[in-house]
Formats: sequence, structure tokens, C-alpha cells
Amino acid sequence: MAETEVPTDGSSGKPGRWPDRWIGKSVPRKEDAALLTGSARFIDDMEPVAGLRHAAILRSPYAHAKITSIDASAALALSGVYGVVTGEQVAEYLRGIPSVVRTPIRFMPIAIDKARFVGEPVAVVVARDRYLAEDALDLIEVEYEPLDAAIDAEAAMADDAPVLHDVAGSNVAGHRTIINGDPESAFDEAAHVVSLDFHIQRYSSTPMETYGVVANFESVPDRYTVWSNFQGPFVIQPLMAGALGVPGNRLRLITAQASGGSFGIKQGVAAYIVLLCAVSRILGVPVKWTEDRLEHLAASSAATGRSGTVTGAFAADGELTALRFRNINDMGAFLRPPEPASVYRMQSTLNGCYGVQNIHTENYLVVTNKVPVGLNRGYGGTQFFYSLERFMDHAARELNIDPVDLRRRNFIDKDAFPYETPGGSVMDAGDYQKCVDELEARADYQALKKRRDEKRAEGKLYGIGIACAVEPSGSNMGYVSLAQTPEERAKSGAKSGANSSVVISMDPSGGVTVQLDSTPNGQGHATVTAQIVADALGITPDDVDVITEIDTMTSPWSIGSGNYGNRFSVAVTDAVVEGADRVARKLKIMAADQLECAVEDVELVEGQARIVGSDKALSLTRVGTQAHWNPVNLPDGVEPGIYETTTVTADLDGPTPEDTVASSVTYGAIFDLAAVEIDAETGRITIEKYVSVHDVGELLNPKIVEGQIIGGFVHGLGGAMFEEMTYDEDGNFLSGTFADYLCPTAMEVPDFEVGHVPTPSPKTKLGAKGLGDGSSMLAPAALTNAVADALGRADISPPLTMPKVWRWLQETKA
Amino acid sequence: MKPVAFDYVRASSIEEVLDLLLEAGDDAVLLAGGMSLGPMLNLRAATPSLVIDLNRTAGLGGITANGAVTTGAMLRQTQAMRDDLLMTVVPLLAKAMPSIGHYQTRSRGTLGGSIAHADPSAELPLCLLTLGGEVELQSKDGSRRVAADDFFEGVLTTARQPTEMITAIHWPRRSGSFGFVEEAQRHGDFALTAAAVWIELDATGSLAGGRLGLGGVEDRPVAFDLKEFAGAPVDENLATQVARDIAGRTDPMDDHVADAAYRRQLAGVLGKRALMEAAGEAGS
Amino acid sequence: MTRLSGNSKHSVRMTVNGRAHEGYAEPRMLLADFLRHELGLYGTHVGCEHGVCGACTVLIDGVPSRSCTQYAVQADGASIETVESLADGDTLNALQAAFRNNHALQCGFCTAGILMSATAFLEETPAPTELQVREMLSGHICRCTGYDGIVRAILEAAGVQAEGKAA
Ligand code: FES
Ligand code: FES
Repeated sequence: MAETEVPTDGSSGKPGRWPDRWIGKSVPRKEDAALLTGSARFIDDMEPVAGLRHAAILRSPYAHAKITSIDASAALALSGVYGVVTGEQVAEYLRGIPSVVRTPIRFMPIAIDKARFVGEPVAVVVARDRYLAEDALDLIEVEYEPLDAAIDAEAAMADDAPVLHDVAGSNVAGHRTIINGDPESAFDEAAHVVSLDFHIQRYSSTPMETYGVVANFESVPDRYTVWSNFQGPFVIQPLMAGALGVPGNRLRLITAQASGGSFGIKQGVAAYIVLLCAVSRILGVPVKWTEDRLEHLAASSAATGRSGTVTGAFAADGELTALRFRNINDMGAFLRPPEPASVYRMQSTLNGCYGVQNIHTENYLVVTNKVPVGLNRGYGGTQFFYSLERFMDHAARELNIDPVDLRRRNFIDKDAFPYETPGGSVMDAGDYQKCVDELEARADYQALKKRRDEKRAEGKLYGIGIACAVEPSGSNMGYVSLAQTPEERAKSGAKSGANSSVVISMDPSGGVTVQLDSTPNGQGHATVTAQIVADALGITPDDVDVITEIDTMTSPWSIGSGNYGNRFSVAVTDAVVEGADRVARKLKIMAADQLECAVEDVELVEGQARIVGSDKALSLTRVGTQAHWNPVNLPDGVEPGIYETTTVTADLDGPTPEDTVASSVTYGAIFDLAAVEIDAETGRITIEKYVSVHDVGELLNPKIVEGQIIGGFVHGLGGAMFEEMTYDEDGNFLSGTFADYLCPTAMEVPDFEVGHVPTPSPKTKLGAKGLGDGSSMLAPAALTNAVADALGRADISPPLTMPKVWRWLQETKA
Repeated sequence: MKPVAFDYVRASSIEEVLDLLLEAGDDAVLLAGGMSLGPMLNLRAATPSLVIDLNRTAGLGGITANGAVTTGAMLRQTQAMRDDLLMTVVPLLAKAMPSIGHYQTRSRGTLGGSIAHADPSAELPLCLLTLGGEVELQSKDGSRRVAADDFFEGVLTTARQPTEMITAIHWPRRSGSFGFVEEAQRHGDFALTAAAVWIELDATGSLAGGRLGLGGVEDRPVAFDLKEFAGAPVDENLATQVARDIAGRTDPMDDHVADAAYRRQLAGVLGKRALMEAAGEAGS
Repeated sequence: MTRLSGNSKHSVRMTVNGRAHEGYAEPRMLLADFLRHELGLYGTHVGCEHGVCGACTVLIDGVPSRSCTQYAVQADGASIETVESLADGDTLNALQAAFRNNHALQCGFCTAGILMSATAFLEETPAPTELQVREMLSGHICRCTGYDGIVRAILEAAGVQAEGKAA
């Protein structure tokens, strides 16, 4: 390997050779040693407060039912049971949480007089241990009056459908049409109009670690302290405090040291934080609750289900001139904040990778008797790109143009960047033609098409699917308010920006510590942060400690904090670079003073502050610790101590009166190709080839990038092939265990080839774009396209299970 | 997700187990590898007052071969797969067992446990039935052997009485050749459908007898005699026709995982493939 | 024959990672819960409690087993190995090091179980093929890595171990 040798082990001291730069190298992860030895601490490993009691949650067995009475006397009589709390009691301390959508529907984390989905909390038992708490659940008698359930979103829109929220009077909790450009004229003038109905199911990211919360209410003064594996967005913190009726500084949130995956879904921990806060307050004891897998599958959060129609207008040469989306979004039982963000996250990039300027979008937000939706990997992107990219493959077939070619004819030109989309995003950089060159080369597309011909000549079912996407990263806090009309927005106060905060300090022994606000769940943020700081200070990543826990009383955080929207490599790294530069600058000023030279002549390298071009140097520790030990003699204007807090934001304003908004900081791109063969007798799909080309901007740590990309693909693979939160027509939940909810295992993952065509982002200090969602957004589209190609029909939808595929085949034959 | 409180006995002898069963009857469950019972207990789908642990009960392990091969009820699946004698004498097991669960469950899961659990899609009940094996049950009143044809009664339901325990499984030595094919959505899952085949050929190479078994089609494994199809060599045509005929006689389950038509389809296709596998083996 | 009452705790002794341990458990206490909350060995994780995900895998008398479908009382007298046994102080063993080198973990929640399975597996199958590794791994769910790094790590560790044994 030509790479500079990278020290991997903190105990080995200084490296033999120093790289020019740590960023861009596959530095082994700082996180790994603790995880590999079993010493990392997750929320269920913690007993952070004395006198903990354990909670278990009674959940509704009905999709829709009035609760007429709850009798907990037998449960309370059980020795070791500390208390039982019902929704009615909780309501005394907790207000319903509103969504930005103007609807009277409020989210409550526990049912009060009515249960609205299977798994909805109905009562909370607190007992000496979890076993006993579950015994008590069995003794609570709840009288339900079952009601008809609204399960299918389209059916739930009907006038005579059972209504979930009587206050709203209808299950359509929101309906907005947004028009960018002039789609009407474009459709009038179109040479071809193509349209496709689509449906994408509700599924879920199911991290291996479930939710965990420890809530403690202290009464003098009133204060809630919560330890949990909540991962943000911390914009929810003020909402939680508001729901509990306390100022923000009386709701102290502390996250665990390690978090066992999230992919967004741990946003849903917020519901249990407020619930258990109320329980702790009511019973006067600290309460610990660890979600079990059944609870997680049934009641944590689903990705938005979406059905609808995409219609496109094409000029005679295949130029896409307008798009029309009609989306029916299955939101589950509530619009639980930050919903309906999933519906609007892609609103300003509805053009995808294409130059289309006229877009009409209509969104229905429909509540159904199912678990509410929330953040899940691909958040809103999966659904959107599923519809757009299925449409593009379908249109190619209708127009008799090769699907790659049709896309090429419509890509935004590389010279057109920065490119302003009709929805108001300013896409930073990209070279989509080159990405597709790479995709075609890696997949050997021409040979693959020949192979398809040969296979078909043999009577085999063989198909190729293409899909491409932009990957918006670093979310503008303002985009969610697109769910409001411009008039509503004007009344409710402006929102904008993408904040990020970091603290970098050097302690009196010279130890460098960074505090992040990104609450990672396995993405290696600590490692990349250490790489950045090491570059700025001329030290090694091993010399940098990174704290990723957030404590809202002591950490730098903002409403932007958390792990979502691919924000780390875009927003957080900018804060780290800025903060590290400030510390470096301060150290240089101090070093110049001690070395008696100009500040400009000091460089920080190899653990030293050195006069450039000389061997006159002081150890960095020696220089920096003076700020603690010898503050009186610091150079003029230098503050004692080294403790640099930096908050940056991206220049992203809130939505305009025309409903446009720049939703994100950077826009990466992804290009996927899948080739499948189908066994006509069994419906089994064999994925012969899957190639994925990414533009993630600069690769900050290639190995970590690679890990994110394949991990994202396998999430998409699961959604394409197996995963679905299944309900029967009465709303009974059928995917309650990992034997029913099928995640891919190592045997289901096909060969997966990755290519990179990075175009550095001019919007970020390191040139990185976000990644993380990756092919989780595209695999459902690419694979369904491939299967549609093999079957010769477009009206299919994931998950592409064997019985379904076989059924489609029979229908096609008939 | 925690079990109800239960008493626990680690039984050291069959005698002890039988005494306890007589006393507790339906309220007791027998804990073998725990691969099925463990989850059921944790899910409170089983709520016994007594769990009798067979893991250190003497006399339930081992493999003996006389006419039939007898395996102790507590023989671990991994141990069985590593036993050359068993795998040679009962080749159908050698073909089927790698499809059972996973490395980490076969290590602990037992033969008797899987048969007692009687999941309609499970491999071991299907193999036992196809081969026409027997289950040995013991109670205080003595022991009896129940033919696999009579043992599996429905979903998780068998002919075992509450006071009885499975002590051994009898695997007949069958001459002929074997095939096993299954389709599951994911590797290691319970099969959507599985087909097990034992065929006997006459001197001319024509089909003479044997059985075709199907798992995951009905509420229990089912097996069909192949004698009625005897007389012709097993080629693709015959295999297709036999399997389709047999599939047509099944009354498949219809649930949200797969409907009846699909299960019948798989029964036909996998039956054919298993027949061809067996025939191919016979030919080679 | 002792009948342990379901309503009380009973002494359970076992050797864990070479050290004698004693704790107290009701018969229904999962072995995983006992290891974690009674003995304080939190390295073993629980991902499903119904025997599917493999996160809780430990070695019981050398045999890889799901500790969520075993009860602590069953393991009385047994010898158990958990992830805490693998490293020598600060020094990762070959398998752990291979996991680190190959980015075989992200959140690390599934990792302990996989390490324990792989430890037993490599004992039995010192020179596995990729397919054998994938088959073994299919008893575990990892939601982060897509398994690629894990497969590479186990193969690499097999190489490392084979060399170690030959030497
Ligand atoms: S926790 Fe034991 S297998 Fe999932
Ligand atoms: S590393 Fe997160 S689940 Fe495997």
C-alpha cells in the first residue's frame, strides 16, 4: 500500500511516519475496541440513579377500540408492584404534542379513552423488576369496545370510513398541493404523457438495540432527568418540555455512551421519554424501561407507506418537461412530530437527478389504525425515489428508449451546478453522466443486456433495473413547515438553518477532547472527528478523545443536534473544522509568544508547534497547558484555558411564499443497477448483479464510507425483498417477531459492487457530502424495476416475496 | 417479554420425568434444546407451572443401530449431523438437516424437541414421516411406539399424551435413494414448503415404491406412497406428473405468508425436484 | 430431584470466563439477563429475546447457544464464555483485531454474539469457505454492516489463526 502508515493503537505512542493528512484515510475506528471487548455501555447497561424501578407497558390488542374501563386492582395487589399508571393519569401531567400541520389531532404517547393501533400503550406498570412488571400486566383488566378500523390509507379517506380522531372529523389530516414552474402548460404541450400507479409498503429499520429510557422526576426543584438512547433531532426537546409543561432547562436529556443502531428510528424514543417522565412524577420513583422486540416491531415507528400516481410529460426527444405526483401518505395513527417531515424532506428535490423544471405535487396525509410513522433510514427519500425511478424505468419502456439513455437525456448537466431546482434547492455539485459511465462500465451494461436477450431466448425470466437519486444532506430546519400554507407559515414564526455545535478543549495535562452534538449510533463520528482535529493540531487521531454523549444541561447542543438527515459529514464536520481551527490559531499565538516568532511562522506538526522551516519547536502539550497553569503570562488577548465552543449554521433560509426552500446543504448522488433472474416455478428471485455508484463528495474515511454504503444497500434490499409491517384487514399486527419480520441475513446479500465518482462539495469545508441513506433509498426501486422488467409488467410493488412474484406471473400468463 | 413464573426441575432420570408428568400433566412442559419452547415461554405463549429440564436426563442421548436406527430424544442436531453412521444409514437426514435453523440453533436443538414441537414446516418431522419412522413414547404405564403417520396431528399438535414423554426416535433403514428440497424466503427459515423423497427402484430402474413427503403444505407434514406410480423410470415427465398429482391431493394452508395455490404450486415443483434429485442419485 | 420454586430466587453457580460466579435467579430468569444484570457482564446483548437475532450468543460448555432461550438455572454448574473472555487485557485477539481491521462493526450491538459464534465456528472449521462463513453468520442479524466486513474479518481471522497454529 502506498498509503502513509497509520498508527492504529493509542498505546503505541507516536507513529513512525506522519501522513500529510489524516482525513481521507481509512483510519481504524476509535469506537471499536470498547465494542469488541464488551466494555461499551448501552442504555440497558446503565443504572444511573439509585432506587430504580422497572416499567412494563400494557398495550392495546385492538387496532381501534374505546377504552371503557381499566381495573388495575389485582395488579396493584401483587407484591413488588409499585404502581400502575393509566392514560387518564398521564394526561394530568402531559399535554398532547401538536404537529406543524394545522389539525386538532394531538399526539399522546398513551391511549386515554381510545386506542388507535395494536401496540398503543394503555397503561404502565412499575415494579421491582421487569419480570414482575409483566406479571402485573396480565392482571390488569381493560374493557374495550372494539370499533371498525381504518387500515388501508386510500380506503381511510372515504367519507364512510371509521374516523380515528373525532376532533378532526376525517382521516385526512392534511392535504396540500404545491406547484413549481408551469406544469400545466408543459402537459398541454407534451408529445407523450406517461403515468404509473405505485405503492410502497410500510417497513422499518429495526436496529438491533431497542429503545431504552430511565426517567427520574425530582420535586425540589421540579426537574425531569432522563437517560435514554434518544438520538434527536433535538428540535423535539422543546416540544417534549412543552408537553410536560416545564421550561426546557427542567427537562434534562442525557444520552448513553453507546447506541446500538438507529437509522433514524430512535427519534421515536421521545414518545417514551415524556410518557415515563409522567410516570416517574406520578409514582415518585425513578423508572427504567427497555423496549422489547415485540414492542419495537409493533409500536415504535414505521417508514411512511405511500401509494399514488406519477405522471410525466415528455417532449418528442424524451426530454422530461413536467412531473405530477399524487401521493397518499399512510401516516399511522398520529402525525407525531417531526412528521410530516417524511413527506416534505424531498419536496425541493422532486426533480431528482433531472433538469425538469415544472412539478405539481399533491400530498394527502392520512391517519390509519397503525403505528405512527417516523424517521427510518432513507426517510422520505425511499418513498419518493421509489415513485420517481419506477416511473422513469416505466416511461423508458413506454417511449421505447433505453432506461439508461432516457435518464442521460434528462440529467442536470455538470456545468449547470450550482443548480437551482424548481423546488428551491441549490444543488452543489455533481457529474451524473460520469457517474452513469462508471455504472455502465462496472455493470458491463451492454453485455448484461445481451445476457438478458440470451436468457429470454432460453425462456428464462431475466430483468435489469436502474434507479438514481440525489442524496440531500444537512437538513434545513425550515423545510418541515412546507406542510403549512404560506399564510399559516407567516403566522407561526420563521424557521431556518442547520445548526451544529462542538466543543474542543485541551485539559491541563494536554489531553484534547471534542464534544459532539451528533449522537451517533455506530457511524464512526468519533473517528472522523479525531481525524479532523488531528490534522488541525498536528497530532494523531489517537491523541483526541471524542465525547458523543449529549447532556442537555452541560453539552453544546441546539435544535439542530442529533443524528438524522445525513448531517454529520456535512454540518457537524464544518463545526469541527471551524472549532479546531480556532484552537489551532490560539495555540499558534501562544507558541509564537514562547518561540518568539510571528504567528504566521508557526506550524502545528508531529505533536509540536514548530517554526516553519526550522527545528525550533515546543511540544504542543507544553504550549497549550500554559493556558491553564500560567494564565497571567499569556499573550495579550488570549483567554485563559482552552475550551472552544463553536456553533455554525448553514445559510439555508426558510420557505418562500412560493413554497420553495433550499432543503439541504449538499446533494450527493447515487446510481444503482440490479439484474435479476426469476425462477418461474417458485417465484424465487436471484440477484445476479447489483452495482452502485456514489458521489459522496470527498471521502473522509473510505472504509467508513464503504460500510455506510453497503449497510444502506442491505436496508434497501430488505425493503425490496422481505420487510413489511403487515396488518390484516382488522388491523391485527402480523409481523411481531423477527421470525415474521424478515431482515436480510448474510445469505441473502448478493455480490454488491460499489463505485465512486466524487465531486467535492463547495458548500462544506472538507468538500464532503452527506451519506448514510445511500442505496437504502434506491434498492427498492432498482430491484422492483428489474423484476418488472423480467415479468414484463409495471404494476407490482415491494416486498417482492416469492408468493407475490409467482402470483404476478400467473396473472401475466392468464 | 419474560416468561411467567414456573417451577423448575432438572430431571436426572426418565423415571423422575414420568413421575412429574403424572403429577402435573398439562401444567408441565418438557424443556429440551429450548429452540421452540424458549421463545414460547418468553412470549408467554406457553404458561406452564412446571418446566422439566431434560438436558441432563440420563438415557435420552445416543444413537443405536439394529434394524432401525434409534436416536435418543435429546440428541442434539449438530451431534446427529456429525455422526457418520446416522448420516450414512439415514441419508435423507444428511440431506435435510443442514436446512434446519442455523449453526447456533442446531448446536442446542434436539431431534426429539423438533419432533415433539411438530411445526408443520419443520424438516425432522417431515423426514421421519417420509421414511415411515416411529416415535417412542413412555409413561408410567409403559412405553409405546407411534408411527409418524399417526403422531403428527396438526399445527404443534401430536399424539403424545400429557403424561408421556418422547424417549427415542426410530429411523427405519430404507434402501433406495433420497431427495430433499425446500424453499424458504430466507436461508434457515422454516420452509414455505419442503419436499422429502425416498424412492425404490426395481431391477430395470423403474420406480417400485417409496414415499413423497411434503412439509409446510398442510397443518402437519404429509406423505404419499409412490407405489401407485410404479412401473416407469423416474424422469422429468414422471416426476412432474407424480408431484403434480400428489400436490393436487393436498389441502394446503392459506395464510398471510402464502396462499393455498402457492403452497400447492411449491408442493408440485419441489416434489418434482426432490424426485429428480433422488433419481439422479440412483442413476449415478 | 429438587424442585425449584418459581416464586423464589435460587443460588446459581457457574464458571464464567474461567472465574467462579454465584448469583441468584428465579427459574424463569433468562441466562442473558442473569449474565448481564446479576453478574454484571453487560458485554452480552439482547436483541430479540426470542432466539432469532443471535445477539445474545455465548458459549455454554463450548457450544454456541442463544442465552435468551436458556434459563440461568439450567446453566448451574456450566462453564460459560462471553465476549469479555476474548481479549487479553487491552490486546484484542486475532478475531477481534480482524473485526477492527475490516470494519466489521458499526454500532457493535450484534458484535458480541457474532464473535462468540465465530470463535466456536473457527475451532471446528479452521479454514472455512466464504459460503460456510455466510451460512454460520445467517444465524445472526446485523442491521448496520451489510455483513460484508464481518465475512471478510472471519476469513482473515481464519488465515491468522491457521498461521498461528502452523507456527
Ligand atoms: S436476543 Fe437471543 S437470539 Fe435475539
Ligand atoms: S454493527 Fe450494528 S447491528 Fe451489527
